[in-house]
Amino acid sequence: MVIVPAYNERKMIGKVLQDISQEIKGVGKVKIVVVDDGSNDGTGKIAKKYGVAVPRHIINRGLGASLATGFSYAHASGADIVVTFDADGQHRAKDIPRLIKPIIDRKADVVIGSRLRDNKTIMPFTRKVINWLSNMATFILFGIWTTDSQSGLRALSRWAIKLIKIRTQRMEVSSEIFKEIKRNKLRVVEIPIPAIYTAYSLNKGQRLSNASHVFWKLLLRLIS
Amino acid sequence: MLIQFSLLFFVIFALSRVILQLRQGNLTIGGFIFWIAVFFAAFIGILLPELTGKVANFLGIGRGADVIIYISIALLFYLVFRLTIALEDIRHEISELVRELALRDKRGRRE
Repeated sequence: MVIVPAYNERKMIGKVLQDISQEIKGVGKVKIVVVDDGSNDGTGKIAKKYGVAVPRHIINRGLGASLATGFSYAHASGADIVVTFDADGQHRAKDIPRLIKPIIDRKADVVIGSRLRDNKTIMPFTRKVINWLSNMATFILFGIWTTDSQSGLRALSRWAIKLIKIRTQRMEVSSEIFKEIKRNKLRVVEIPIPAIYTAYSLNKGQRLSNASHVFWKLLLRLIS
Repeated sequence: MLIQFSLLFFVIFALSRVILQLRQGNLTIGGFIFWIAVFFAAFIGILLPELTGKVANFLGIGRGADVIIYISIALLFYLVFRLTIALEDIRHEISELVRELALRDKRGRRE
């Protein structure tokens, strides 16, 4: 099951769903679910046109809450493998087969698509800094190292979904997932993926000014 | 003299509010004991200011007023911390509610 958390992604959601649908065509029982996080620009309506499930948060709760809803839905639906996929066009559906392979082969419980393992792509400097700071924070707070703590492209086994408890609400969820991986002693593997940046996605993503706020939320999570 | 009366009056008022909130069910027993203790300590401190002086000497701090301020600040920091955590809990609960609503809708329609 592919979970696509979306908040006001009217412009990109169609393309993203098309991309994923193309890739999973003929693979058999793969479903897409778009978690509409209180969008007020018609994102949910557009998504429904593609025949995918669209559970809707009536008010915006953030990426963390959206993923948690997606996981709940996936678990209840009996999904064996779950993929998280961004709705802003930063991910390529053709990376999905490579992403889920380690889980199918039973070599890992969680697979992270890391943009920093692929030397071919260029990441804007500020993004690299944010990413590096996040990686450091994840390591210091939770004791687990990853080359791309902020990547939204992940694959998780049913077992992982069951064990991972998401309590953070917003973007700090990326780091929290690593905390949960460590806590539950899940096997995690990274595969390289290209970093795709457009003016659109850069505008929507994380900001350096957000960093202290995210760090504080994660610290709270650690002690609460 | 006047300020002592004013402060005592305020503290007695505060104590009455604490008792009221307990009866209305807005305070837990623990919370009740905590706030009664705080306001009672304030009451004693206002009534017998020399006591704060003695405590100050015992702790090696200059004046009784300083002791009160140091203790108050520490207490306030702790309370703010607890409030912050409580807020996070509330945020989490709101999300759980929103999630339940979102999935309830879906459960009816899934094949």
